[in-house]
Amino acid sequence: MTHRLRINGTVRSVDVDDDTPLLWVLRDVLGMTGTKFGCGRALCGACTVHIDGAPARSCITAISTVGDKAVTTIEAIGKTSHGRAVQRAWLEVEVPQCGYCQSGQIMSASALLAKNPRPSDADIDAAMSGNICRCGTYIRIREAIKRAAQANGKGA
Amino acid sequence: MIRDPAFRATRSAPATDLSRRRFLQAGAAVGGGLLLSFTLPFAESGAEAADAVAFAPNAFIRIGRDGKIVLVMPYVEMGQGTYTSIPMLIAEELEVDLKQVQIEHAPPNEKLYGNPLLGGIQATGNSNAVRASWQPLREAGATARTMLIAAAAKRWNVDPAACRAQKGVVLHESTGRTARYGELSADAARMAVPDKVALKRPEDFKLIGTPAKRLDTPAKVNGTAVYGIDARPPGVKIATLAQSPVFGGRVKSVDDKAAKAVKGVRQIVRLDDAVAVVADHMGAAKKGLAALKIEWDEGLHARLTTEDIARELEKATLDRGAVAQNIGDVDQAMAGAATKVEATYQVPFLAHATMEPMNCTVHVRKDGCEVWVGTQAIARAQAAAAKVTGLPLDRVVVHNHLIGGGFGRRLEVDGVTRAVEIATHVDGPLKVVWTREEDIQHDMYRPYWFDRISAGLDAKGMPVAWNNRFAGASIIARYLPPAFNNGLDPDTTEGAIDLAYALPNMHVEYARVEPPGIPTAFWRSVGPSHNVFVTESFMDELAAAAKQDPVAYRLALLDKTPRAKAVLQLAANKAEWGKPLPERVGRGVSLQFVFASYMAHVAEVEVASDGTVRVRRVVCAVDCGIAVNPDTIQAQIQSAVMFGVTAALHGEITLKDGRVQQSNFHDYPALRMNEAPAVEVHIVRSSEPPGGMGEAGTSAVVPAVTNAIFAATGKRLRKLPVDTTALKRA
Repeated sequence: MTHRLRINGTVRSVDVDDDTPLLWVLRDVLGMTGTKFGCGRALCGACTVHIDGAPARSCITAISTVGDKAVTTIEAIGKTSHGRAVQRAWLEVEVPQCGYCQSGQIMSASALLAKNPRPSDADIDAAMSGNICRCGTYIRIREAIKRAAQANGKGA
Repeated sequence: MIRDPAFRATRSAPATDLSRRRFLQAGAAVGGGLLLSFTLPFAESGAEAADAVAFAPNAFIRIGRDGKIVLVMPYVEMGQGTYTSIPMLIAEELEVDLKQVQIEHAPPNEKLYGNPLLGGIQATGNSNAVRASWQPLREAGATARTMLIAAAAKRWNVDPAACRAQKGVVLHESTGRTARYGELSADAARMAVPDKVALKRPEDFKLIGTPAKRLDTPAKVNGTAVYGIDARPPGVKIATLAQSPVFGGRVKSVDDKAAKAVKGVRQIVRLDDAVAVVADHMGAAKKGLAALKIEWDEGLHARLTTEDIARELEKATLDRGAVAQNIGDVDQAMAGAATKVEATYQVPFLAHATMEPMNCTVHVRKDGCEVWVGTQAIARAQAAAAKVTGLPLDRVVVHNHLIGGGFGRRLEVDGVTRAVEIATHVDGPLKVVWTREEDIQHDMYRPYWFDRISAGLDAKGMPVAWNNRFAGASIIARYLPPAFNNGLDPDTTEGAIDLAYALPNMHVEYARVEPPGIPTAFWRSVGPSHNVFVTESFMDELAAAAKQDPVAYRLALLDKTPRAKAVLQLAANKAEWGKPLPERVGRGVSLQFVFASYMAHVAEVEVASDGTVRVRRVVCAVDCGIAVNPDTIQAQIQSAVMFGVTAALHGEITLKDGRVQQSNFHDYPALRMNEAPAVEVHIVRSSEPPGGMGEAGTSAVVPAVTNAIFAATGKRLRKLPVDTTALKRA
């Protein structure tokens, strides 16, 4: 069946089964490969996108549940102030190694900062522990989130 | 900013046969044989690219008339920073800024890009990219610089010695004349290649030793980095698969009626030992796979368990193995020892669980085959595709990609073989993506090892005899047979022999036992992943038996290895060794010399009443020779520590009824943000040649953690992963 989606500010139509996960619509149908597949069971966070600003695991989000809510992916997160600050901090701190999980990390981090501009270490643990990084870049992720929070605080 | 064609080239349409042929001719006219071999698979627009190339003094450097400087990377980027540290070596001698260069993946060509430290295989592994490249790639840069200077000197009719190079420009000091590399490239190509070139002295390094920004980072924060799984040749279909749940089993029957009825499913491919569902997208392929009814003939290993394998290994340690190292006379020393300490150790099978699940995209045509994949061993990937298709090697083009985690998994090309097997049944390009469950249950695993170790101590408690015999798989024997000799290979024994400690009588034996029904492979920190756990745990046991401090005990054995002694002292100082800690909190130490780097770790752990272990802090001191990119070294140690702590606390693959019991991150967990320790890295300044850094931290941290658990609880753990039930407060 045909589904109309609002992705990164553009309306897209796709013809897939209702239970098709959003992840595969993004990656395989629309060719937006920045969102990654990691586990298929919401265990690793690699596929994190925003739905109406809240982080969601696209690998278990059936397309029929998205409706006309706004979907934001890594490709467009730099257009938001938090996303931009997070990406800049990621560059300054040199967070990524293999980089594969980082789209999801950045989506989780920018959702955190949008809700909580001054997260504590415990807040960071709570928001980020659903995102696995096998390269173990956690120390730099934490540092970059704090740096992005500071930059946002200065109105950068 | 750095533009990186390697990240974009893979998105281009596949080179047609016509453009490839044209390119071969054009390339031959300008650059000679070398140029051909390294530009072929990247010919986005062959003729144009060939025109622009004026100077290619070797397989690693191309300088165009337009001034474009391309460095060809023989090693693949999988997070270890090689796409920055390797260009640093070339750029240092070539006298260019990192900002001036572009990076390309090398094509398969073992003659040009074979790794001298891996038996000439074109592979990225064993933490040796910088080690293998240190001399030749600086020479490659210096050769090009020398020829560019010679071209400028000739043009100006001056002495080359009066000219120098900086930032991509040749400068004649006295007249102030300058010429950019691009302007000189055509002339430079006609200069004689110097036999010998002078390399810069370390004190003159401008790049090496500075914390360089990584060239691959920008694409990794905005979603544009292209991994193998992101390849999308036009018209590509997606397949996912089920392989025999028992290794060696076969498909008995397939009922695919329900699968074929799934919207978007195009085709079911049945192989001898696997079934694949081809679809428009992965969602449909997975749904189709779930709807398949497959009956398996489970074969020989249908009842196999991990315990069966462990028992066989244990038995093997009662017989003699191949002698890996013998110093002095252990039997005699043991007989005269005041105390004898004995133990057995075991480490489990481990999966790699790279974040990017296994995948490979293939287009098989009658006269050729194209492969899009992220691989640590591109020439093997090419050979694997050629073998399945029956095509000659030169009809197989492999586009290498960024790797979403290697850790050894992508040294293997089973995924390429499998994808080509499936794709030969499909018209058009096909991307085969494994589910996470398939990825974990059909990995090739870090071997199970069993060790029997003993030592004799003198009256003062110092070791006079050290006797270690262990059994397990040799990956080298399968992967690189010529390197397996007399029952031994250099990987399986690394970290068990050539210890930094002065041990007057030492005897180490290895018994090769290949487990049935489970494939094994290299895993981050390879042989040392097992050996360092055993030797450093046992060294701790000896200190405890001698009632001595574990750091002081080790230091007393390090007079002949000052670099080892220095890192141990540094780590202990920085970790405030000896400072009192609360109850059930402890510090543990480890020391290793592997991958040509010296490393000492101090881990601080807290053991909860229920036995749960939290690693709070890890302090690492490292002497890895010249630190090419200190920021990457710090990052690699942070990374390797998380990888090692994951293995120590959580990592275990088990078999029951021949099947791997774990399937996803819920039962094969990885360390998460809330469990991540603080990691401090202290790098010793050194002018020694560089050692390896990608893996060393993983093997080093594991015994530091278990030794810290001993300090916190008095409980010695001789089997991994950590058994929390044994650590419950009594």
